Formats: sequence, structure tokens, C-alpha cells
Amino acid sequence: MARLVVMGGGVSGHTAATFAKKWLGDEHEVVVVTPNSLWNWIPSNIWVGVGQMTKEDVVFPLAPVYEKAGIDYRQAKAVSIHPEGKTDSNTPYITIEYTGQGKEGQTEEITYDYLINATGPKLNFDATPGLGNGEGGIGEHTVSVCTADHAVHANLELQRIFEKAKKGEKQKILIGTGHGMCTCQGAAFEYIFNVEHEANKAGIRDMLDIQWVSNESFLGDFGIGGLHIKRGMYAASSKLFAESLFVERGINWTIGAHISKVEDKKAHYELLDGSTGEMEFDFAMLIPPFAGVGLKAYDKAGEDMTDKIFAPNGFLKVDADYTPKPYEEWKASDWPRTYQNPTYKNIFACGIAFAPPHLISKPMSSPNGTPINPTPPRTGMPSGIIGKAVAHSICDLIKEGENAHLHEASMAEMGAACVASAGKGLTDGTAAALTVYPVVPDFEKYPGIGRDLDYTFGEIGLAGHWIKHILHHMFLYKAKLKPGWTLIPE
Amino acid sequence: MGSVDHSIEKNVKAYEPSFEVMVPTPFVKFMRTCILWQIIRFIVINIKMIVVVQKSH
Repeated sequence: MARLVVMGGGVSGHTAATFAKKWLGDEHEVVVVTPNSLWNWIPSNIWVGVGQMTKEDVVFPLAPVYEKAGIDYRQAKAVSIHPEGKTDSNTPYITIEYTGQGKEGQTEEITYDYLINATGPKLNFDATPGLGNGEGGIGEHTVSVCTADHAVHANLELQRIFEKAKKGEKQKILIGTGHGMCTCQGAAFEYIFNVEHEANKAGIRDMLDIQWVSNESFLGDFGIGGLHIKRGMYAASSKLFAESLFVERGINWTIGAHISKVEDKKAHYELLDGSTGEMEFDFAMLIPPFAGVGLKAYDKAGEDMTDKIFAPNGFLKVDADYTPKPYEEWKASDWPRTYQNPTYKNIFACGIAFAPPHLISKPMSSPNGTPINPTPPRTGMPSGIIGKAVAHSICDLIKEGENAHLHEASMAEMGAACVASAGKGLTDGTAAALTVYPVVPDFEKYPGIGRDLDYTFGEIGLAGHWIKHILHHMFLYKAKLKPGWTLIPE
Repeated sequence: MGSVDHSIEKNVKAYEPSFEVMVPTPFVKFMRTCILWQIIRFIVINIKMIVVVQKSH
């Protein structure tokens, strides 16, 4: 009997664990270690953050689902990896620290034959003074929609702002990224348009000054270097569509911005041209940068070898080409295909936890040397597809032996369907429905724009909102492993 | 002659970033929430997305 341990129960880890258990059956063990008791459909946190959904609408308890699936669930956080075992044993293991199940604070060692790192990101609020609270959590000056609880808090604060606006007090709203190295611009993009939509519905839009701030060098970059779509007889940049939407909704923007410090009702920033300034706000939702969760790695003798298997940003090294090189020399083939750690072949990573070889957007920095560019997104559809591919590879390794063919899922060869809400409503809602193919541009195959125009498209409308709403229910259904769940694609 | 709808231009200011941007006409905005048209788009977008999803697995 082999044991697969999955660290993390988010989109990627949950996908990997559930498919692995289905394919491995009762002959082998699948263990999931995740500090959360609830699974969260993160894309819908946007609607919790504007009061259109409750926390209960976007989460469900993991324990009953894993019990039904036959997965050994440990509500704990992974602390360290020991791929070589210890002095008196060659069996690799991880150490965990329980956060629930009545064992809070207790530590344990779990041996493994295969290990998947799907821990997702650490929300690094403390990277920006004032954005964090000094202990890794969100600070007192801003809100976030990164977790369901954050979104609940965001809505409470937003409703206070709306109440003041209803009383005739002008309010300033600031939404975007809270650091020069952030990813997840799409979530902030969705939130700002949902806030604008709700303000319109409440009849207080004229009382709100809504401002966008982002580390993108152009609106519509989204951390993937933007995209082009066919419109009429032209291939048009996402910059055109993003700017159009901002002007249509009366939202001002500041781009190429690194938020350097947040104070009470004030954000300090530095721009790509080196200039600095301040933006005042009454309400701010600023996405934090992401980092690895801080897992450590130790060799057989107990010596720290974290830098051997993890990149400096804390993400796990996989089969990517990490050779530093200028943007002009980047290739689609730099991106990982199997997500297997090159040093320890029984360790894989998926979702946000794998270390990307480089940015997708072109690197930028201010004359002061401050890097200001989006970091690569690895969420959503790619995250699920990679999780499933990794699970498939490990199942084959277990069943067919160590020479089994590994499954591939390069972000430079896969597309992504993305639906960005611009306001919830069955008849008056809108969303931008986008597909991009491939996610990582391949300028050798598609010179100039890097993507296949036949499979990269986007449009804004009510249909997009319907799709986003259906996806909400569909993916929660799938994650709960209800009948036919395997038929729903990632 | 009917009156001209200038509502879409209200956020555009000369020689500011908003001036360089394409803005949707009232017809485009209407079509974005026109139920019949959006049902058609819903079908089209779903087909397109399914193709991309299939290519990616």
C-alpha cells in the first residue's frame, strides 16, 4: 500500500486528492493536510464582499466530503518536509501542526511515498507597512476579499461607507493591488465593478469617488501580459477593453503603482516613473502580494535544505527552466510540464505552490529600483488542470512503477476560461467572459501577440454573469463530490 | 428629430486619459443586457469555452 500526502485542500489540492483517491481506490492511502475546516469557492468571495452572498454560500465543511471519499483528512498545517527521512529511517515524512479536530497545537509526523505541495499562497500583507498587522494578518486600515471571512468583513465596512453616502457624505473608495509585486489583479477588477454596480443600485453612485490602483503597466495586463481578441476586423488589446470599461463606469485609474505604505485613510505609492504620491480613501480593498507558506525542508541529518527544493519566494521548484534571463529570451518551454521536483522525484507541486520560472508580464521597475510588475497567476482553471495532471502522474507511478509516463499540463500549452464579474444580477448583471490560449504567451508559435486568436476571445454582457453564476454552483457541486462530479471539467 | 443620448460621454474629458478610450454606444450597452441577444451569446460563449477547455485537458 502506497501513501500519497497532499498538503493543501484548495482548488488544486482538492482536485488532486479527490481524483487520486478515485483512481487509487482502497488499495492505497490518500491523506490531505490542510489548516482549514472549510472549502472556499474563492471566485464568489467577490459577491460576499458586496453583500450579494453570505459566507455560507461560498464554503462547505471538508470533513464529511473526505470521509465519504475515503480520504484521511488532517486539519493541520504542514510545517516541514523531510524527503530523506531521518537518521534511523529512510522513509520520507512531513511534520504537521494541528489547527482543529480537537488536537490544536499538537504536532505529528506523517510518512509518505508521494507528496503533493498544494499549499497555495501565504497572503503576505506584511510586505506593505500598514497593509498588514505585523503578524501576517490584514491590517486595520484596509479590507480584503482573499478569504470568505475577509470578504464578510469587507462587506461590513462597505455598507458603513454606503450608509454615509446615503446621508450625503462624499466617500472615496480605493481598490486594487497593495504592493508592486502583487498578482490577482482580476479579483480586484471584479470587486471594483461590483462595488460600482451596487452603488448604482443603491442610488449613491454620485456620492462615491471610485479609484483603481494597480501594479500593471497597462490596464488589462492581469499578470498575463494582457491579451488580444478579435473585434471587427482587428485584433484588439485588452487595454482597450479595460480602459473602456473604466471610463464607462466613471472610475479613475492609477497604474504602474507600488503601494509602499498604508496609513489611516491614506495610501502612499511610487510609480514606474519614480514619482511618489498619496491617495486618500475612506474605504480601501487592496490585494496583498503572495509568497510561499514558509515550509522548511531538512535532510537526513536534520540540516536545513529549504533553498534546495524551494525558490527564494517560498514556492516549490519543479521541472521549469529557472535560469535567469532577460525578457527577450523567455520561452514557452521554460514553463514546467510535469510539476515534479527535480531533486526528489516523489515530490510534486500544483496550483500557486509551484515556483514559476519567471513573470508572464514584462518585468518593470522604477528608476529607484523598485520592481513594479504583476507576478504570474496560477489560480482557477490552470490550477485545477495541473492538480488533476499531477494526481494522474502519481497514480501511474504507484500502479505502473517509477518508469511510468508523467502527465503534462504546461501553462504555455493550456488555455483558461475566465469570467470576471462586473456586477451581480439575473437581468441587470454583467461579466467579462474571457478565454485565453495559451495562458503563457508563446511568441515562437504565435509571433507578436503570443496567443491563438481563434481561441482567445472576450466580451462583456449578461451572458457572462449567467455563466459565472452557473460556475459557482457547478464547482461547489463538483467539490462536494456529488454524483457525476468527475464529468465536470476543471 | 429625436434628442441625442450623451449619457455615455459624460465620463470623457478632453485631453485626459478618458479621451483616448473607446466608449460603448447606447446600443452596445443595451445589447449587453438584452435578454434575447444574451441568450444567443450565452450559447455561443459556452461553445467557445468548451472548445478551449477541451484543448487544455
